[in-house]
Amino acid sequence: MQTMSKDITIKKGLDIKLKGKAQQKLSIAPRSKLFAIKPAHFHGIIPKVVVKEGDKVKVGDVIFYSKSNEAVKITSPVSGEVKEIIRGAKRVVLTVVIVADGQDVYKEFKVEPVSKQNKEGLIKVLLESGCWPFIKQRPYDIIANPEDNPKSIFISAFATAPLSADFDFVLKGREKEFQTGIEVLTKLTAGKVHLGIAAGCNSFLANIQGAEIHRISGKHPAGNVGVQIAHIDPVNVGERVWTIKPQDVAAIGSLFLTGKMNPGIVVALAGSQVLEPQYYQVSRGSQIEPIIKGKISERKNRVISGNPLTGHLLTKGDYLGYYDDTVTVLPEGDHHEFFGWMPFLGNHKFSMSHTFFSWLNSKKEYDLDTNLNGEERAFVLTGEMEQVFPMDIYPMQLLKAAMANDIEKMENLGIYEVSPEDFALIDFVSSSKIEAQDIIRNGLDLMIKEVG
Amino acid sequence: MKFLRNNLDKIKPLFVKGGKYEKYAPAFSGIETFLFVPNHTTKKGAHIRDGVDLKRVMMVVVIALLPAMIFGMWNVGYQNMGDGHGFWDYFLFGAVRFVPMILVSYIVGLGIEFAYAIMRGHEVNEGYLVTGLLIPLIMPIDFPLWMLAISVVFAVIIGKEAFGGTGMNILNPALIARAFALFAYAPFMSGNTVWVADSVADGVSGETILGTLAANQQPTTSVYDMFMGFIPGSVGETSVLMILIGAAILLFAGIGSWRIMLATLIGGSVMGLIFNAIGSSTNELFNFPWWKHLIVGGFAFGLVFMATDPVTAAQTTTGKWIYGFLIGIFAILIRVVNPTLPEGMMMAILLMNVFAPTIDHYVIQSNVKRRKNRLLKVKA
Repeated sequence: MQTMSKDITIKKGLDIKLKGKAQQKLSIAPRSKLFAIKPAHFHGIIPKVVVKEGDKVKVGDVIFYSKSNEAVKITSPVSGEVKEIIRGAKRVVLTVVIVADGQDVYKEFKVEPVSKQNKEGLIKVLLESGCWPFIKQRPYDIIANPEDNPKSIFISAFATAPLSADFDFVLKGREKEFQTGIEVLTKLTAGKVHLGIAAGCNSFLANIQGAEIHRISGKHPAGNVGVQIAHIDPVNVGERVWTIKPQDVAAIGSLFLTGKMNPGIVVALAGSQVLEPQYYQVSRGSQIEPIIKGKISERKNRVISGNPLTGHLLTKGDYLGYYDDTVTVLPEGDHHEFFGWMPFLGNHKFSMSHTFFSWLNSKKEYDLDTNLNGEERAFVLTGEMEQVFPMDIYPMQLLKAAMANDIEKMENLGIYEVSPEDFALIDFVSSSKIEAQDIIRNGLDLMIKEVG
Repeated sequence: MKFLRNNLDKIKPLFVKGGKYEKYAPAFSGIETFLFVPNHTTKKGAHIRDGVDLKRVMMVVVIALLPAMIFGMWNVGYQNMGDGHGFWDYFLFGAVRFVPMILVSYIVGLGIEFAYAIMRGHEVNEGYLVTGLLIPLIMPIDFPLWMLAISVVFAVIIGKEAFGGTGMNILNPALIARAFALFAYAPFMSGNTVWVADSVADGVSGETILGTLAANQQPTTSVYDMFMGFIPGSVGETSVLMILIGAAILLFAGIGSWRIMLATLIGGSVMGLIFNAIGSSTNELFNFPWWKHLIVGGFAFGLVFMATDPVTAAQTTTGKWIYGFLIGIFAILIRVVNPTLPEGMMMAILLMNVFAPTIDHYVIQSNVKRRKNRLLKVKA
């Protein structure tokens, strides 16, 4: 297939320049003794755990499957012994903890060359190996249903979120895996596989075969896959589009090249409180402590799995998110600030508005903490959300429809085209401190329940 | 600061759940968060947040109002005393009359806001910081304080809280106060004697330009005086120069909508041009040059500070253009063809406040239609 290139420039958005961007240096992180699989990382999945405490597992052995679709399995990213199954209220499974062996032993999956396989055969191996959950769907931003026929598949290899891992770097040396992964994906859809890359990208990504390549330029959220879908092939009512992250494409390629589920992932350890921000080779599900130990400041910090806009908070002893390729460490912001709202003062803070003078220095990198910088209020200002929302959607009206649980209105206003991450910058810029991602997640969950 | 913080922390337990004054928590929090941006950290969603909040936004608007306010106080003195006095003579004369109006407006308005916050158990909203200053700026300087207080009560309770508080109101609360005052206390709100302080007692002519025009005479005031604001009028509205400085602050900070401002300016100009083209031998307002319409009366002040109120304006980008344009059209239309209401700006903005949701509705419907058509195209 001929590779085509279509350039897209996104005009709206906001780049948040933070201190502590990961340097392009890769080390192997010390192997964690404890690993965990947390059902909460797989939104919408109700787990049926198939292992018991004390069971021995290999990499690729099933830990749990989805109650609503038993074919969708989550498999172990490590070989070892199931130490504990932690349950919460109503016996909901919170965490399956595994004590790692010194060296990984892999379950072997029977794979044939991709070119000789059809869609059904490929999906079977993806499901068995636990690689299926890498594929997500729009609408709803949940794990894809293997029975669907997506109209297209999108991969964004253009990172624009603050401090997020640079895909050119994390994929270095994995050209073969990535190309094989793309080959697999092209067989899963009757439509096209779209690969979004940075306008200035000159890595192997620019020469990938089988995918339509789009050179994207613009501020965040230009790198969000949802924004790229909206500009290339927007989701209509009843349609399915699948999305997958670049390192997960390589993991799928690796599966079909080796017959093993490859749980390895390169993460950026970044943020102002990281002493030497750089990249680390880890395994999915690793406990976070061994990765960050001795590498972060002594301040009262917040460790985030993911980037500062969309990541989730890690408590002490917690584990890396299954899909996350970034770990961010920021200072906690639990301090009072005397007359901190005084306009045009306080230039250590960053704002899209020009109510600080800090915007005059566009090169400045900020050491932002986790202070809310205000309190939640009713919607007052208009236009600020639209400035960071490069889709043909009215974000404030959609949020209000979601808050009112108005299904018809949500559908009319484009709920099927968005995911919470597309609203992350709205969380950030909102002067009323509206929790937009949370509202949209609830809206999407309601749509799943009511429309399906 | 540390002393203040320590003392706040000392009494805070009284206001938390289970504390002695638990139900007054919103009032305590209102004062605490005014003094200190709270130590709240992000609990969900994005972990980092923009430095801006509504307090900062509202204070920018207050700062933008200050040039017009300070000039206005000076002008109160100047209009009464005429030439030949020093700056401080004029300013103090105005301040003595105007500061009590600000105090009444803030005390009454914020009092009601705090009471509602306590009653409903929600946080005190910052919106009144601006409304409370706007109200005295658009009232006649001799307006009795008790009438001002009642106008504020009406505006806050009927205009805002009845709709659910800040962010929910349909009409601009400051304009409701003025509209209420106009209809309830008409003799104190219109005519030739109310716009200059103590004009009757001191025998000063208080004719406004629009009043002169409504009486079918062309005013003799120079354009320079109109633009600089050396003319009778409410405290905030007379100096176009000071209003422009305020507009510059709002636009620099990215707070006020430049689209609404520009659209209103265009709408007003278009309507003025139309009237100039028609002309009239019985209504001098038809013949008043279109560009002079923009620098007299409440047009400039309304354009910069009232039409742009985000809560009551149109909320969509396209809607803002339509909304602003129609405000400009109606402001001049009402001003010219209805001599009993020479101040058309207030009525035009209130009218368009009512229609703003309708404008937005149609703008959004076109987006919905576009989305549905996209699907039809795929199916075809």
